[in-house]
Amino acid sequence: MSWPILSVVTFLPLVGVAFILALRGDDETAIRQTRLIALWTTVFTFLLSLLIWINFDAAAPGFQFVEKHAWLGGAASYQMGVDGISMPFVILTTFLMPICILASWHVTKRVREYMIAFLVLETLMVGVFCALDLVLFYLFFEAGLIPMFLIIGIWGGPRRVYASFKFFLYTLLGSVLMLLAIIYMYWTAGTTDIAALLTNPVFTPEAQKWLWLAFFASFAVKMPMWPVHTWLPDAHVEAPTAGSVILAAILLKMGGYGFLRFSLPMFPDASLYFQDFVFVLSVIAIVYTSLVALMQEDMKKLIAYSSVAHMGFVTMGIFSLNRQGIDGAMFQMISHGLVSGALFLCVGVVYDRMHTREIAAYGGLVKTMPLFAFTFMVFTMANVGLPGTSGFVGEFLSLLGAFQANTWVAFFATTGVILSAAYALWLYRRVVFGKLEKPALMHLPDMTPRELATLAPLVVLTIFFGAYPAPILDIFGASVETLIKPLQQAAAAAEALATASLQ
Amino acid sequence: MYQAIVFLPLLGALIAGLFGTRLFKQLGSDADVYGEHHAHAHDGGHAEHGHGDHGHHAHYDGPMWPMYLTTALLCVSAVLSWIVFVGFLHEPHTEKVELLRWVTSGAFTTSWTIRVDTLTAVMLVVVNTVSALVHIYSLGYMSHDEHQPRFFAYLSLFTFAMLMLVTSDNLLQMFFGWEGVGLASYLLIGFWYDRDSANAAAIKAFVVNRVGDFGFALGIFGCFFVFGSIDFDTIFGAAPGQVGKTIHFLSWELDTLTVLCLLLFMGAMGKSAQFLLHTWLPDAMEGPTPVSALIHAATMVTAGVFLVARMSPMFELAPYAKDVVVVIGAVTAFFAATVGLVQNDIKRVIAYSTCSQLGYMFVALGVGAYGVGIFHLFTHAFFKALLFLGSGSVIHAMSGEQDMRKMGGLAPHIRITWLMMIIGNLALTGFPFTAGYFSKDAVIESAYAANWGIAFALLIVSAFFTSFYSWRLAFMTFNGKPRASAEVMSHVHESPNVMLIPLYVLAVGALAAGFVFKDYFIGHHYAEFWHGAVADNEIMHLFHEVPAWVVWSPFVAMVMGFGLAWLFYIVNTSLPQKLAAQHEPLYRFLLNKWYFDELYDFIFVRPAMWLGRFLWKKGDGFVIDGFGPDGVASTVSDVTRGVVRLQTGYLYHYAFVMMIGVAILISWFAFGGAH
Repeated sequence: MSWPILSVVTFLPLVGVAFILALRGDDETAIRQTRLIALWTTVFTFLLSLLIWINFDAAAPGFQFVEKHAWLGGAASYQMGVDGISMPFVILTTFLMPICILASWHVTKRVREYMIAFLVLETLMVGVFCALDLVLFYLFFEAGLIPMFLIIGIWGGPRRVYASFKFFLYTLLGSVLMLLAIIYMYWTAGTTDIAALLTNPVFTPEAQKWLWLAFFASFAVKMPMWPVHTWLPDAHVEAPTAGSVILAAILLKMGGYGFLRFSLPMFPDASLYFQDFVFVLSVIAIVYTSLVALMQEDMKKLIAYSSVAHMGFVTMGIFSLNRQGIDGAMFQMISHGLVSGALFLCVGVVYDRMHTREIAAYGGLVKTMPLFAFTFMVFTMANVGLPGTSGFVGEFLSLLGAFQANTWVAFFATTGVILSAAYALWLYRRVVFGKLEKPALMHLPDMTPRELATLAPLVVLTIFFGAYPAPILDIFGASVETLIKPLQQAAAAAEALATASLQ
Repeated sequence: MYQAIVFLPLLGALIAGLFGTRLFKQLGSDADVYGEHHAHAHDGGHAEHGHGDHGHHAHYDGPMWPMYLTTALLCVSAVLSWIVFVGFLHEPHTEKVELLRWVTSGAFTTSWTIRVDTLTAVMLVVVNTVSALVHIYSLGYMSHDEHQPRFFAYLSLFTFAMLMLVTSDNLLQMFFGWEGVGLASYLLIGFWYDRDSANAAAIKAFVVNRVGDFGFALGIFGCFFVFGSIDFDTIFGAAPGQVGKTIHFLSWELDTLTVLCLLLFMGAMGKSAQFLLHTWLPDAMEGPTPVSALIHAATMVTAGVFLVARMSPMFELAPYAKDVVVVIGAVTAFFAATVGLVQNDIKRVIAYSTCSQLGYMFVALGVGAYGVGIFHLFTHAFFKALLFLGSGSVIHAMSGEQDMRKMGGLAPHIRITWLMMIIGNLALTGFPFTAGYFSKDAVIESAYAANWGIAFALLIVSAFFTSFYSWRLAFMTFNGKPRASAEVMSHVHESPNVMLIPLYVLAVGALAAGFVFKDYFIGHHYAEFWHGAVADNEIMHLFHEVPAWVVWSPFVAMVMGFGLAWLFYIVNTSLPQKLAAQHEPLYRFLLNKWYFDELYDFIFVRPAMWLGRFLWKKGDGFVIDGFGPDGVASTVSDVTRGVVRLQTGYLYHYAFVMMIGVAILISWFAFGGAH
């Protein structure tokens, strides 16, 4: 690539922002144009980002499309680049944005600011996955929360203040610790260049532990892992539909991405040291939140808790520290991006009609909304991890990885497949099946062509990647292989040490 | 050709399901959703639904092509399957067609592959024949149902998943088919979605099956861990090398092959409704009767039997695992037969009978007579599908009534159905020279030949019970005085030909399948027929040489069962009630299915729900939030009380903290902190 494609893709949404700001007037036409500008900007960004995928060399493990410019007087640098681990998230982000804009077509409150918030958010999210400098990463990572705050805080539900406050408290702790760790890393290694830190991790095992914990504090909140997950159900419940989609599909993935980008390769000894710790938290997350999901009375809360359980599979897979586990975690994150995003869109469909998320307010929708019933069924099954949907591949591989690392972990985590079937099917049964009795539901219109346009691509991809996951698995295969090498060396060294001490 | 056999049903399901149903017929518009109290012009067809099994209550006025299309494609598949099968009778071999790469991750590779060997060829015939007949039968049975295109799409989807299961070349594709049939079963049990009982049964079926799948999945992980692959041929090649080795599983060192086999068998127990994981099958009768015949009698529930037969080279090396299979099989055969004795719902009797017969199959597999087990699977498919479709014909005639206490005296009105049910009974109870006579007796003889005295005894007793409940069913339904209302009786009518013809075909199978195919499946030249598709075991020879009394004992049990049923339900019809009154506790115990549902509800369902609520309210609510964000909130609330616009206030805090962080960083760089 002779031109900086990553920077262009990252900052292209800001061009859309500029256009929206240039619009004059508050009448219907201006609002309409605002929506169209946002839609076209995101569509164009997505199409452009496909060039990254097309030109991406999956066989090469290192960073590609690298751009590097001196910054902050040469201490830090403006450096962008993607490898197999970050590239899928870039595409996932750009792919979901047009869907989110389309899903927000009937937002009427402060449309202009709404669209600007989403476009800025897109820039920051893509930036997180492309940044190859610690300072730049930190900026994107933390700044991305501001538009999300605004989205929940302004376009959110009645308890939005509480939700954003909770979010704030949790995230504050994590980000402060991560910042301290970054400063320490610069102090020790003399560089904030991620690529350089990856090829030459210089931290002593003792320092690794502290750095690992500091990053963990931030990523665990983002994932979110048990027990720092309680902000997520509240945030989801209060966020508008498209906000929930972005939150579940992209923002949660930043935690998993962080583990793979920083914790594992830069602190391999610490990752090994804390493996069991993460396993325990992951298994608790899977079983505990699945049980909690079972008893939820609010659709969004149920799906939010189910997200926490699914992220438990991700952290478990990542810390299996083997190929299948990490491949599984990566795939699970991509798949969860499609599936949970789609589930929140499905909730949005009925919420827009009934203005309630209470499960008990529904029942028998299949009668009047067969297309919705079908769509919701596809994603319910993907959520349950039915083979043939994308949800299965990630779940299966991460469990396969965990089994090789620790059979107890695999044993308890696999009970998640029973519980997920229970809560997901019970939700479906209460909303879609049953007698159509409630007067308010009698004449609900089925999905509209616009809603179909938001969900149909997700249906197709969920099934396509379930049957043929190779296009995604191939992207990160080489990168994951490179990632696990130092980990296996660390494991072998620890083993040798243990044997030596026994003798 | 193999591709056609497998994918034609999928094609039918997709076309009929997407374009033959109402799926896209009711699209709304944004104006409807966001407009101001717009008057809706959508059809409000809220016909009251009756509670019969049968869809007399509604009316179908859509196009017929989705039904014809799926049925025709299935018939093509069935014909092709028979061509393949006949080819295998002459020249057994193993063929593989690789279609597409599937999940690959480092050393783990799987692909979508069609594997056809003798075992698969047998299953292809069973699945496609019964499925094609059930499709045809449903043209009549479901002719009034307003959702029939959806029904046919589900049936074809099920068939596709089942075909993927039996043609798999690795454990993962089998798992795909395994869960795929589970999905179809879930959809079909809950087909009448406005009935609460149907919905509950559908969820129960899926979740209980998932308990089995929990074991199956762990078994797959274990196989990859041990063998480095989950392709059948690789596993079978490497399995002998694992004999006597141990695996560190959970906290113990256990025999590798035993652990793997038992984990896989747990999956089989779920799918085949074996003892402890059987509770979903009787409830699954909430689905339309053709579904019961296809899925819950002839095909899906035999998937567990297929799994064990497929993995037989591994089971053969794990004697303890085989013992467990025998015990579970024998206990299931006995348990289900006892419950079947007292049930009053015609379909539930047959459901317990199915459960019991699956137990027979597992006993055969467990003692090493794999060919015998599959042979019983093969013949059972014909006569059990016949019994179910026959009972469907009865229910059809009775305007949806399923309770045998409200039937009686139907024989003169529906003679053909009666005759078909008699044939089904003869085959099931093992009347000489019918299909069951050859296969079921072979199972019993194998158990004896393998020195499994207890299993043998349980199977003989079960054979007696089987005969009793089968004839009880026939007599209660067809003989004696009518117990239904005059109004219902006046409507009793024989089913149309489209429903009867499948019965004829199945009746031919029920009578002749044993006689025609016994030499291939279990005769002295069985080894050529199976061609290594299932493991070999000397028991296949030994069971031919059991003493005469062993050979005769199932026959005696059958005659006694018939005699007792005759006495109870023809000669002196007051006897059953007296007996029930005398042994009230035992009767209640059996009628309530050994109280398994209540037990599971008490030890699993309620605690899970209680725990879920507890963790939510106390764990998340009280502990985590209480000591975390809410606790902090209450302490700082005084500080923030004065802030008017709270949310933006926090936003500023946040931005402020972040900016301070960045400022620290920049000054660090700018003033050359470390270097």
